[in-house]
Amino acid sequence: MDKLLEKSEVIRTKDLTFFQKVYIPEILKAMLVTVKQIFLPKFTYQYPEEHFEPASSFRGRPVLVQENDVERCVACGLCARVCPSLAIQVQASETDLSKERYPELFEINMTRCIFCGFCEEVCPEEAIVMSNDYELTFTSQEESIYGKDKLLKSIQEMKPRLDFLKKMR
Amino acid sequence: MDTISILEPLLKILFIIFVALLPAVAYGVLAERKISAFIQNRLGPNRVGPWGLLQPLADIPKLFFKEDIVPAAANKFIHSLAPLISITIAFSTFAVIPFGDTITFSIGDSSYTTKLQIADVNIGFLYILALSSLAVYGITLSGWSSNNKYSLLGGLRSTAQMISYELSMGLSLIGVVMLSSSLQLDDIVAAQGGYWLGFIPKWNAIPQFLGFVIFVVAMFAETNRLPFDLPEAEPELVAGYHTEYTGMKFGIFMLSEYIAMITASALIATLYLGGWQAPYLEHLGLSPFLMSVAQMAAFVVKVFAIVIFFMVVRWTVPRFRYDQLMSIGWKVLLPLALVNILLTGLFVILYH
Repeated sequence: MDKLLEKSEVIRTKDLTFFQKVYIPEILKAMLVTVKQIFLPKFTYQYPEEHFEPASSFRGRPVLVQENDVERCVACGLCARVCPSLAIQVQASETDLSKERYPELFEINMTRCIFCGFCEEVCPEEAIVMSNDYELTFTSQEESIYGKDKLLKSIQEMKPRLDFLKKMR
Repeated sequence: MDTISILEPLLKILFIIFVALLPAVAYGVLAERKISAFIQNRLGPNRVGPWGLLQPLADIPKLFFKEDIVPAAANKFIHSLAPLISITIAFSTFAVIPFGDTITFSIGDSSYTTKLQIADVNIGFLYILALSSLAVYGITLSGWSSNNKYSLLGGLRSTAQMISYELSMGLSLIGVVMLSSSLQLDDIVAAQGGYWLGFIPKWNAIPQFLGFVIFVVAMFAETNRLPFDLPEAEPELVAGYHTEYTGMKFGIFMLSEYIAMITASALIATLYLGGWQAPYLEHLGLSPFLMSVAQMAAFVVKVFAIVIFFMVVRWTVPRFRYDQLMSIGWKVLLPLALVNILLTGLFVILYH
Protein backbone atom coordinates (compact mmCIF):
# COMPACT_ATOMS: atom_id res chain seq x y z
CA MET A 1 0.00 0.00 0.00
CA ASP A 2 2.77 2.44 0.97
CA LYS A 3 4.69 1.61 -2.13
CA LEU A 4 1.70 2.37 -4.32
CA LEU A 5 1.25 5.75 -2.68
CA GLU A 6 4.91 6.57 -3.14
CA LYS A 7 4.73 5.77 -6.77
CA SER A 8 1.70 7.90 -7.42
CA GLU A 9 3.51 10.96 -6.10
CA VAL A 10 6.04 10.94 -8.92
CA ILE A 11 4.01 12.31 -11.76
CA ARG A 12 6.56 13.83 -14.09
CA THR A 13 10.18 12.88 -14.21
CA LYS A 14 11.33 15.50 -16.67
CA ASP A 15 11.30 18.94 -15.11
CA LEU A 16 11.43 22.05 -17.20
CA THR A 17 14.38 24.35 -16.84
CA PHE A 18 13.86 27.91 -15.67
CA PHE A 19 14.17 29.24 -19.21
CA GLN A 20 11.48 26.86 -20.42
CA LYS A 21 9.20 27.86 -17.57
CA VAL A 22 9.52 31.54 -18.45
CA TYR A 23 7.85 30.51 -21.73
CA ILE A 24 8.66 33.69 -23.66
CA PRO A 25 12.01 32.42 -25.06
CA GLU A 26 10.29 29.19 -26.04
CA ILE A 27 7.62 31.16 -27.91
CA LEU A 28 10.30 33.12 -29.74
CA LYS A 29 12.00 29.85 -30.69
CA ALA A 30 8.70 28.51 -32.00
CA MET A 31 8.09 31.70 -33.93
CA LEU A 32 11.36 31.18 -35.73
CA VAL A 33 10.02 27.82 -36.92
CA THR A 34 6.78 29.47 -38.01
CA VAL A 35 8.56 32.23 -39.90
CA LYS A 36 10.78 29.68 -41.61
CA GLN A 37 7.66 28.03 -43.07
CA ILE A 38 6.79 31.23 -44.94
CA PHE A 39 9.80 30.81 -47.21
CA LEU A 40 9.43 27.11 -47.88
CA PRO A 41 7.97 25.93 -51.21
CA LYS A 42 4.18 25.71 -51.34
CA PHE A 43 2.16 22.55 -51.88
CA THR A 44 -0.82 24.15 -53.62
CA TYR A 45 -1.92 22.94 -57.06
CA GLN A 46 -3.36 25.86 -59.03
CA TYR A 47 -6.18 23.54 -60.00
CA PRO A 48 -7.81 24.54 -63.26
CA GLU A 49 -4.46 25.39 -64.82
CA GLU A 50 -2.39 22.76 -63.08
CA HIS A 51 -3.70 19.21 -62.75
CA PHE A 52 -2.93 16.68 -60.10
CA GLU A 53 -1.79 13.43 -61.75
CA PRO A 54 -2.74 10.62 -59.37
CA ALA A 55 -0.52 7.60 -58.91
CA SER A 56 -1.64 4.26 -60.34
CA SER A 57 -2.85 3.22 -56.90
CA PHE A 58 -5.47 5.99 -57.03
CA ARG A 59 -9.13 4.91 -57.13
CA GLY A 60 -10.88 7.25 -59.53
CA ARG A 61 -14.05 6.49 -61.46
CA PRO A 62 -14.44 2.83 -62.55
CA VAL A 63 -14.00 2.16 -66.28
CA LEU A 64 -14.34 -0.86 -68.59
CA VAL A 65 -11.18 -2.09 -70.25
CA GLN A 66 -11.38 -2.34 -74.04
CA GLU A 67 -9.05 -4.86 -75.74
CA ASN A 68 -8.89 -4.92 -79.59
CA ASP A 69 -11.99 -2.74 -79.79
CA VAL A 70 -14.03 -5.21 -77.71
CA GLU A 71 -14.70 -4.88 -74.03
CA ARG A 72 -13.18 -7.59 -71.85
CA CYS A 73 -16.33 -7.84 -69.81
CA VAL A 74 -18.18 -11.16 -70.02
CA ALA A 75 -21.25 -9.82 -68.21
CA CYS A 76 -21.01 -12.27 -65.32
CA GLY A 77 -22.70 -9.68 -63.08
CA LEU A 78 -20.35 -10.16 -60.14
CA CYS A 79 -19.59 -6.45 -59.98
CA ALA A 80 -23.25 -5.57 -59.87
CA ARG A 81 -23.69 -8.20 -57.17
CA VAL A 82 -20.83 -6.96 -54.97
CA CYS A 83 -21.50 -3.26 -55.38
CA PRO A 84 -22.43 -2.02 -51.88
CA SER A 85 -24.30 0.99 -53.17
CA LEU A 86 -26.06 -0.80 -56.03
CA ALA A 87 -24.61 1.54 -58.61
CA ILE A 88 -23.93 -1.00 -61.38
CA GLN A 89 -26.45 -2.46 -63.77
CA VAL A 90 -25.46 -5.18 -66.27
CA GLN A 91 -27.56 -6.87 -68.96
CA ALA A 92 -25.88 -9.84 -70.64
CA SER A 93 -26.24 -11.01 -74.21
CA GLU A 94 -24.60 -13.66 -76.41
CA THR A 95 -21.86 -13.08 -78.95
CA ASP A 96 -19.97 -15.13 -81.59
CA LEU A 97 -16.62 -14.21 -80.05
CA SER A 98 -14.70 -16.76 -77.98
CA LYS A 99 -15.83 -15.12 -74.75
CA GLU A 100 -19.45 -16.01 -75.78
CA ARG A 101 -21.10 -13.37 -73.59
CA TYR A 102 -20.92 -9.60 -73.61
CA PRO A 103 -22.76 -6.83 -71.76
CA GLU A 104 -25.55 -5.46 -73.89
CA LEU A 105 -26.04 -2.73 -71.32
CA PHE A 106 -23.52 -1.66 -68.70
CA GLU A 107 -24.42 1.33 -66.60
CA ILE A 108 -22.83 2.85 -63.50
CA ASN A 109 -24.80 5.46 -61.64
CA MET A 110 -22.06 7.89 -60.67
CA THR A 111 -24.18 9.59 -58.02
CA ARG A 112 -24.27 6.25 -56.18
CA CYS A 113 -20.71 5.03 -56.75
CA ILE A 114 -18.57 5.30 -53.62
CA PHE A 115 -15.25 4.43 -55.31
CA CYS A 116 -14.68 1.46 -53.00
CA GLY A 117 -13.10 -0.60 -55.76
CA PHE A 118 -14.98 -3.84 -54.89
CA CYS A 119 -16.07 -4.25 -58.52
CA GLU A 120 -12.47 -4.18 -59.63
CA GLU A 121 -11.46 -6.61 -56.91
CA VAL A 122 -14.17 -9.13 -57.71
CA CYS A 123 -13.85 -9.02 -61.51
CA PRO A 124 -12.45 -12.33 -62.82
CA GLU A 125 -11.45 -10.83 -66.18
CA GLU A 126 -9.83 -7.60 -65.01
CA ALA A 127 -12.45 -5.97 -67.15
CA ILE A 128 -13.57 -3.24 -64.74
CA VAL A 129 -10.79 -1.20 -63.15
CA MET A 130 -10.52 2.06 -61.30
CA SER A 131 -9.11 4.88 -63.44
CA ASN A 132 -7.28 8.00 -62.31
CA ASP A 133 -10.07 10.27 -63.47
CA TYR A 134 -11.40 12.37 -60.61
CA GLU A 135 -13.15 15.10 -62.55
CA LEU A 136 -16.81 14.08 -62.51
CA THR A 137 -19.31 16.74 -63.39
CA PHE A 138 -22.92 16.46 -64.45
CA THR A 139 -25.86 18.77 -64.24
CA SER A 140 -28.73 16.26 -64.05
CA GLN A 141 -29.59 12.80 -62.73
CA GLU A 142 -29.79 11.44 -66.28
CA GLU A 143 -26.29 12.61 -67.10
CA SER A 144 -24.94 10.94 -63.97
CA ILE A 145 -25.68 7.46 -65.33
CA TYR A 146 -22.60 6.50 -67.29
CA GLY A 147 -23.26 4.05 -70.11
CA LYS A 148 -20.81 2.02 -72.15
CA ASP A 149 -19.98 5.06 -74.30
CA LYS A 150 -18.40 6.81 -71.33
CA LEU A 151 -17.09 3.74 -69.52
CA LEU A 152 -15.01 2.08 -72.23
CA LYS A 153 -11.30 2.87 -72.17
CA SER A 154 -8.55 1.23 -74.22
CA ILE A 155 -6.10 -1.19 -72.61
CA GLN A 156 -3.18 1.11 -73.47
CA GLU A 157 -4.75 3.91 -71.48
CA MET A 158 -5.36 1.70 -68.46
CA LYS A 159 -1.93 0.01 -68.55
CA PRO A 160 -0.51 1.70 -65.39
CA ARG A 161 -3.48 0.54 -63.35
CA LEU A 162 -3.39 -3.00 -64.78
CA ASP A 163 0.35 -3.21 -64.05
CA PHE A 164 -0.29 -1.99 -60.55
CA LEU A 165 -2.96 -4.64 -60.03
CA LYS A 166 -0.66 -7.36 -61.32
CA LYS A 167 2.10 -6.25 -58.99
CA MET A 168 0.06 -5.73 -55.86
CA ARG A 169 -2.36 -8.66 -56.03
CA MET B 1 -10.61 80.44 -36.38
CA ASP B 2 -13.83 78.89 -35.23
CA THR B 3 -14.55 77.11 -38.48
CA ILE B 4 -10.97 75.97 -38.63
CA SER B 5 -11.02 74.57 -35.10
CA ILE B 6 -14.05 72.50 -36.06
CA LEU B 7 -12.86 71.61 -39.52
CA GLU B 8 -9.39 70.55 -38.48
CA PRO B 9 -10.31 67.62 -36.20
CA LEU B 10 -13.04 66.63 -38.63
CA LEU B 11 -10.54 66.40 -41.47
CA LYS B 12 -8.19 64.43 -39.25
CA ILE B 13 -10.98 62.03 -38.29
CA LEU B 14 -11.94 61.51 -41.93
CA PHE B 15 -8.28 61.02 -42.80
CA ILE B 16 -7.76 58.48 -40.01
CA ILE B 17 -10.92 56.51 -40.74
CA PHE B 18 -11.06 56.51 -44.53
CA VAL B 19 -7.42 56.82 -45.51
CA ALA B 20 -5.74 54.97 -42.69
CA LEU B 21 -7.96 52.59 -40.74
CA LEU B 22 -10.48 51.17 -43.22
CA PRO B 23 -7.96 50.33 -45.96
CA ALA B 24 -5.61 49.05 -43.28
CA VAL B 25 -8.33 46.71 -42.05
CA ALA B 26 -9.27 45.57 -45.55
CA TYR B 27 -5.69 44.79 -46.38
CA GLY B 28 -5.00 43.58 -42.86
CA VAL B 29 -7.54 40.81 -43.44
CA LEU B 30 -5.89 39.98 -46.75
CA ALA B 31 -2.45 40.06 -45.13
CA GLU B 32 -3.67 37.77 -42.38
CA ARG B 33 -5.05 35.30 -44.91
CA LYS B 34 -1.89 35.46 -46.98
CA ILE B 35 0.45 35.08 -44.01
CA SER B 36 -1.65 32.27 -42.57
CA ALA B 37 -1.49 30.54 -45.93
CA PHE B 38 2.24 30.98 -46.29
CA ILE B 39 2.88 29.67 -42.80
CA GLN B 40 0.82 26.57 -43.69
CA ASN B 41 2.67 26.19 -47.01
CA ARG B 42 -0.37 27.27 -49.02
CA LEU B 43 -0.78 30.17 -51.41
CA GLY B 44 -3.82 31.94 -49.99
CA PRO B 45 -6.25 34.07 -51.99
CA ASN B 46 -4.75 34.76 -55.40
CA ARG B 47 -7.67 34.74 -57.82
CA VAL B 48 -9.10 38.25 -57.45
CA GLY B 49 -6.67 40.66 -59.02
CA PRO B 50 -2.92 40.23 -59.17
CA TRP B 51 -1.64 38.34 -56.13
CA GLY B 52 -5.18 38.47 -54.70
CA LEU B 53 -4.88 42.20 -54.07
CA LEU B 54 -8.51 42.94 -54.95
CA GLN B 55 -9.87 40.29 -52.55
CA PRO B 56 -11.10 42.88 -49.99
CA LEU B 57 -13.11 44.59 -52.73
CA ALA B 58 -14.81 41.27 -53.41
CA ASP B 59 -15.37 40.44 -49.74
CA ILE B 60 -16.91 43.70 -48.58
CA PRO B 61 -19.82 43.76 -51.09
CA LYS B 62 -20.38 40.10 -50.30
CA LEU B 63 -20.87 40.93 -46.62
CA PHE B 64 -23.17 43.83 -47.51
CA PHE B 65 -25.47 41.73 -49.68
CA LYS B 66 -25.82 38.79 -47.32
CA GLU B 67 -29.10 38.27 -45.52
CA ASP B 68 -29.25 39.77 -42.06
CA ILE B 69 -30.66 37.12 -39.73
CA VAL B 70 -31.75 37.76 -36.16
CA PRO B 71 -32.44 34.57 -34.17
CA ALA B 72 -36.09 34.03 -33.26
CA ALA B 73 -35.84 34.50 -29.50
CA ALA B 74 -32.99 36.98 -29.52
CA ASN B 75 -33.23 40.40 -27.96
CA LYS B 76 -33.40 42.29 -31.22
CA PHE B 77 -32.40 45.72 -29.93
CA ILE B 78 -29.32 44.58 -28.05
CA HIS B 79 -28.45 42.14 -30.80
CA SER B 80 -28.17 45.08 -33.20
CA LEU B 81 -26.57 47.38 -30.64
CA ALA B 82 -23.68 45.09 -29.70
CA PRO B 83 -21.66 45.38 -32.94
CA LEU B 84 -22.11 49.14 -32.85
CA ILE B 85 -20.64 49.28 -29.33
CA SER B 86 -17.69 47.23 -30.49
CA ILE B 87 -16.94 49.39 -33.50
CA THR B 88 -17.45 52.71 -31.71
CA ILE B 89 -14.94 51.76 -29.06
CA ALA B 90 -12.48 50.38 -31.57
CA PHE B 91 -12.55 53.62 -33.54
CA SER B 92 -12.58 56.07 -30.66
CA THR B 93 -9.47 54.66 -29.00
CA PHE B 94 -7.53 55.89 -31.99
CA ALA B 95 -8.50 59.48 -31.26
CA VAL B 96 -5.75 60.07 -28.73
CA ILE B 97 -2.92 58.23 -30.42
CA PRO B 98 -0.32 60.60 -31.87
CA PHE B 99 0.68 59.33 -35.28
CA GLY B 100 3.28 62.00 -35.91
CA ASP B 101 4.80 65.21 -34.63
CA THR B 102 3.44 68.59 -35.76
CA ILE B 103 3.24 69.10 -39.49
CA THR B 104 3.48 72.47 -41.27
CA PHE B 105 1.76 73.07 -44.58
CA SER B 106 3.12 76.15 -46.31
CA ILE B 107 1.44 77.46 -49.44
CA GLY B 108 3.26 80.51 -50.71
CA ASP B 109 3.82 82.83 -47.75
CA SER B 110 1.12 81.52 -45.45
CA SER B 111 1.71 78.39 -43.44
CA TYR B 112 -0.45 76.27 -41.21
CA THR B 113 0.83 74.07 -38.42
CA THR B 114 -1.17 71.24 -36.93
CA LYS B 115 -0.59 68.36 -34.58
CA LEU B 116 -0.81 64.88 -36.08
CA GLN B 117 -3.26 63.65 -33.47
CA ILE B 118 -7.03 63.97 -33.44
CA ALA B 119 -7.42 64.99 -29.81
CA ASP B 120 -4.46 65.92 -27.63
CA VAL B 121 -6.13 64.96 -24.38
CA ASN B 122 -4.01 65.48 -21.28
CA ILE B 123 -5.37 62.25 -19.76
CA GLY B 124 -5.05 60.26 -22.99
CA PHE B 125 -3.63 57.39 -21.04
CA LEU B 126 -6.66 57.09 -18.77
CA TYR B 127 -8.96 57.55 -21.76
CA ILE B 128 -7.45 54.47 -23.38
CA LEU B 129 -7.78 52.38 -20.23
CA ALA B 130 -11.39 53.47 -19.81
CA LEU B 131 -12.33 52.69 -23.39
CA SER B 132 -10.59 49.34 -23.50
CA SER B 133 -12.57 48.17 -20.49
CA LEU B 134 -15.76 49.25 -22.24
CA ALA B 135 -14.93 47.06 -25.24
CA VAL B 136 -16.05 44.00 -23.31
CA TYR B 137 -19.66 45.22 -23.43
CA GLY B 138 -19.90 44.71 -27.18
CA ILE B 139 -18.81 41.12 -26.88
CA THR B 140 -20.74 40.24 -23.74
CA LEU B 141 -23.99 41.82 -24.94
CA SER B 142 -23.72 40.12 -28.32
CA GLY B 143 -23.19 36.80 -26.58
CA TRP B 144 -26.07 37.36 -24.21
CA SER B 145 -28.61 38.69 -26.71
CA SER B 146 -28.09 35.95 -29.30
CA ASN B 147 -30.07 33.33 -27.37
CA ASN B 148 -27.40 30.77 -28.15
CA LYS B 149 -25.45 28.76 -25.61
CA TYR B 150 -22.21 29.01 -27.53
CA SER B 151 -22.55 32.76 -27.83
CA LEU B 152 -23.36 33.09 -24.16
CA LEU B 153 -20.31 31.03 -23.18
CA GLY B 154 -18.16 33.16 -25.46
CA GLY B 155 -19.46 36.36 -23.95
CA LEU B 156 -19.01 34.98 -20.45
CA ARG B 157 -15.43 33.96 -21.11
CA SER B 158 -14.73 37.35 -22.56
CA THR B 159 -15.87 39.12 -19.39
CA ALA B 160 -13.70 37.02 -17.14
CA GLN B 161 -10.75 37.31 -19.49
CA MET B 162 -11.01 41.07 -19.80
CA ILE B 163 -11.23 41.60 -16.06
CA SER B 164 -8.19 39.49 -15.35
CA TYR B 165 -6.06 41.15 -18.02
CA GLU B 166 -7.17 44.74 -17.65
CA LEU B 167 -5.59 44.85 -14.23
CA SER B 168 -2.13 43.73 -15.20
CA MET B 169 -2.32 45.88 -18.34
CA GLY B 170 -3.06 49.01 -16.34
CA LEU B 171 -0.40 48.20 -13.78
CA SER B 172 2.23 47.51 -16.42
CA LEU B 173 1.53 50.93 -17.93
CA ILE B 174 2.21 52.70 -14.64
CA GLY B 175 5.92 52.10 -15.21
CA VAL B 176 5.74 54.09 -18.43
CA VAL B 177 3.91 56.92 -16.69
CA MET B 178 6.54 56.97 -13.94
CA LEU B 179 9.35 57.27 -16.46
CA SER B 180 7.80 60.03 -18.54
CA SER B 181 5.87 61.60 -15.61
CA SER B 182 2.91 62.46 -17.80
CA LEU B 183 -0.44 60.96 -18.74
CA GLN B 184 -0.42 62.69 -22.11
CA LEU B 185 0.51 60.32 -24.91
CA ASP B 186 2.24 63.16 -26.75
CA ASP B 187 4.60 63.71 -23.83
CA ILE B 188 5.20 59.99 -23.46
CA VAL B 189 6.34 59.83 -27.09
CA ALA B 190 8.40 63.01 -26.78
CA ALA B 191 10.16 61.56 -23.73
CA GLN B 192 11.30 58.64 -25.88
CA GLY B 193 13.39 60.81 -28.22
CA GLY B 194 17.16 60.92 -27.92
CA TYR B 195 19.69 58.18 -27.27
CA TRP B 196 21.41 56.34 -24.47
CA LEU B 197 25.18 56.10 -24.88
CA GLY B 198 24.74 58.02 -28.10
CA PHE B 199 23.27 55.21 -30.19
CA ILE B 200 20.60 53.20 -28.36
CA PRO B 201 17.20 54.84 -29.02
CA LYS B 202 15.59 55.90 -25.76
CA TRP B 203 12.54 53.70 -26.18
CA ASN B 204 10.53 52.63 -23.16
CA ALA B 205 10.76 48.98 -24.16
CA ILE B 206 14.36 48.82 -22.93
CA PRO B 207 14.09 50.07 -19.32
CA GLN B 208 10.52 48.78 -19.10
CA PHE B 209 11.18 45.38 -20.63
CA LEU B 210 9.09 43.51 -18.06
CA GLY B 211 6.23 45.96 -18.45
CA PHE B 212 6.56 45.71 -22.21
CA VAL B 213 6.17 41.93 -22.20
CA ILE B 214 3.23 42.10 -19.78
CA PHE B 215 1.55 44.79 -21.86
CA VAL B 216 1.98 42.83 -25.10
CA VAL B 217 0.54 39.69 -23.52
CA ALA B 218 -2.35 41.69 -22.08
CA MET B 219 -2.95 43.26 -25.48
CA PHE B 220 -3.24 39.82 -27.04
CA ALA B 221 -5.90 39.00 -24.47
CA GLU B 222 -7.54 42.39 -24.90
CA THR B 223 -7.94 42.03 -28.66
CA ASN B 224 -9.12 38.39 -28.42
CA ARG B 225 -6.31 37.20 -30.63
CA LEU B 226 -4.78 33.78 -30.36
CA PRO B 227 -3.47 32.40 -28.02
CA PHE B 228 -6.21 34.13 -25.99
CA ASP B 229 -9.14 33.98 -28.41
CA LEU B 230 -11.29 32.06 -25.94
CA PRO B 231 -14.46 34.13 -26.60
CA GLU B 232 -14.59 32.83 -30.16
CA ALA B 233 -12.60 29.59 -29.89
CA GLU B 234 -13.77 27.89 -33.09
CA PRO B 235 -13.24 24.24 -32.11
CA GLU B 236 -15.12 24.67 -28.84
CA LEU B 237 -17.73 27.38 -29.35
CA VAL B 238 -18.43 27.37 -33.12
CA ALA B 239 -17.66 31.08 -33.40
CA GLY B 240 -18.30 32.23 -29.86
CA TYR B 241 -20.02 35.54 -29.44
CA HIS B 242 -20.62 36.15 -33.15
CA THR B 243 -22.10 32.72 -33.91
CA GLU B 244 -25.54 34.22 -34.55
CA TYR B 245 -24.38 37.19 -36.59
CA THR B 246 -24.62 37.36 -40.35
CA GLY B 247 -23.99 39.84 -43.10
CA MET B 248 -22.71 43.25 -42.23
CA LYS B 249 -23.31 42.83 -38.51
CA PHE B 250 -20.74 40.08 -38.58
CA GLY B 251 -18.67 42.31 -40.84
CA ILE B 252 -18.74 45.03 -38.22
CA PHE B 253 -17.48 42.60 -35.59
CA MET B 254 -14.73 41.56 -37.95
CA LEU B 255 -13.91 45.20 -38.64
CA SER B 256 -13.78 46.12 -34.98
CA GLU B 257 -11.62 43.10 -34.21
CA TYR B 258 -9.05 44.19 -36.76
CA ILE B 259 -9.26 47.86 -35.78
CA ALA B 260 -8.74 46.78 -32.19
CA MET B 261 -5.67 44.87 -33.33
CA ILE B 262 -4.31 47.90 -35.19
CA THR B 263 -5.09 50.14 -32.23
CA ALA B 264 -3.35 47.72 -29.90
CA SER B 265 -0.32 47.74 -32.17
CA ALA B 266 -0.39 51.53 -32.29
CA LEU B 267 -0.54 51.61 -28.50
CA ILE B 268 2.39 49.24 -28.13
CA ALA B 269 4.35 51.36 -30.60
CA THR B 270 3.39 54.62 -28.89
CA LEU B 271 4.00 53.58 -25.32
CA TYR B 272 7.00 51.31 -25.65
CA LEU B 273 8.60 51.56 -29.09
CA GLY B 274 8.99 55.31 -29.39
CA GLY B 275 5.78 56.14 -31.27
CA TRP B 276 6.59 58.32 -34.25
CA GLN B 277 10.21 58.76 -33.14
CA ALA B 278 12.44 57.40 -35.86
CA PRO B 279 16.02 56.90 -34.65
CA TYR B 280 18.94 58.40 -36.62
CA LEU B 281 16.51 60.29 -38.90
CA GLU B 282 17.77 63.73 -37.86
CA HIS B 283 21.15 63.01 -39.48
CA LEU B 284 19.54 62.94 -42.92
CA GLY B 285 18.86 66.67 -42.85
CA LEU B 286 15.32 66.54 -44.25
CA SER B 287 13.09 69.60 -44.56
CA PRO B 288 10.57 69.93 -41.69
CA PHE B 289 7.65 68.80 -43.87
CA LEU B 290 9.48 65.72 -45.15
CA MET B 291 10.63 65.01 -41.59
CA SER B 292 7.01 64.91 -40.38
CA VAL B 293 6.08 62.59 -43.24
CA ALA B 294 9.04 60.33 -42.48
CA GLN B 295 8.03 60.18 -38.82
CA MET B 296 4.50 59.25 -39.79
CA ALA B 297 5.93 56.54 -42.03
CA ALA B 298 8.06 55.29 -39.15
CA PHE B 299 4.95 55.03 -37.00
CA VAL B 300 3.09 53.12 -39.71
CA VAL B 301 6.03 50.76 -40.16
CA LYS B 302 6.16 50.07 -36.44
CA VAL B 303 2.42 49.45 -36.27
CA PHE B 304 2.49 47.04 -39.18
CA ALA B 305 5.51 45.21 -37.84
CA ILE B 306 3.54 44.58 -34.64
CA VAL B 307 0.44 43.55 -36.60
CA ILE B 308 2.52 40.98 -38.45
CA PHE B 309 3.95 39.88 -35.12
CA PHE B 310 0.35 39.33 -33.95
CA MET B 311 -0.32 37.18 -37.00
CA VAL B 312 2.80 35.07 -36.64
CA VAL B 313 2.06 34.45 -32.96
CA ARG B 314 -1.40 33.28 -33.98
CA TRP B 315 0.10 30.34 -35.87
CA THR B 316 2.76 29.62 -33.28
CA VAL B 317 1.11 29.36 -29.89
CA PRO B 318 -1.87 27.05 -29.31
CA ARG B 319 -4.94 28.37 -27.54
CA PHE B 320 -4.73 28.45 -23.74
CA ARG B 321 -7.19 26.53 -21.66
CA TYR B 322 -9.58 28.66 -19.66
CA ASP B 323 -7.98 27.90 -16.30
CA GLN B 324 -4.49 28.40 -17.71
CA LEU B 325 -5.54 31.81 -18.97
CA MET B 326 -6.83 32.73 -15.54
CA SER B 327 -3.76 31.49 -13.74
CA ILE B 328 -1.44 33.39 -16.08
CA GLY B 329 -3.47 36.55 -15.64
CA TRP B 330 -3.74 36.47 -11.87
CA LYS B 331 -0.78 34.42 -10.68
CA VAL B 332 1.92 35.50 -13.11
CA LEU B 333 1.20 38.78 -14.85
CA LEU B 334 -0.32 40.62 -11.90
CA PRO B 335 2.58 39.97 -9.46
CA LEU B 336 5.08 40.69 -12.22
CA ALA B 337 3.37 43.99 -12.97
CA LEU B 338 3.56 44.91 -9.29
CA VAL B 339 7.25 43.97 -9.18
CA ASN B 340 7.75 46.11 -12.26
CA ILE B 341 6.19 49.12 -10.52
CA LEU B 342 8.42 48.56 -7.51
CA LEU B 343 11.59 48.31 -9.61
CA THR B 344 10.68 51.33 -11.70
CA GLY B 345 9.95 53.32 -8.56
CA LEU B 346 13.34 52.42 -7.09
CA PHE B 347 15.03 53.31 -10.37
CA VAL B 348 13.27 56.67 -10.58
CA ILE B 349 14.12 57.54 -6.95
CA LEU B 350 17.77 56.57 -7.33
CA TYR B 351 18.50 58.31 -10.61
CA HIS B 352 16.48 61.52 -10.38
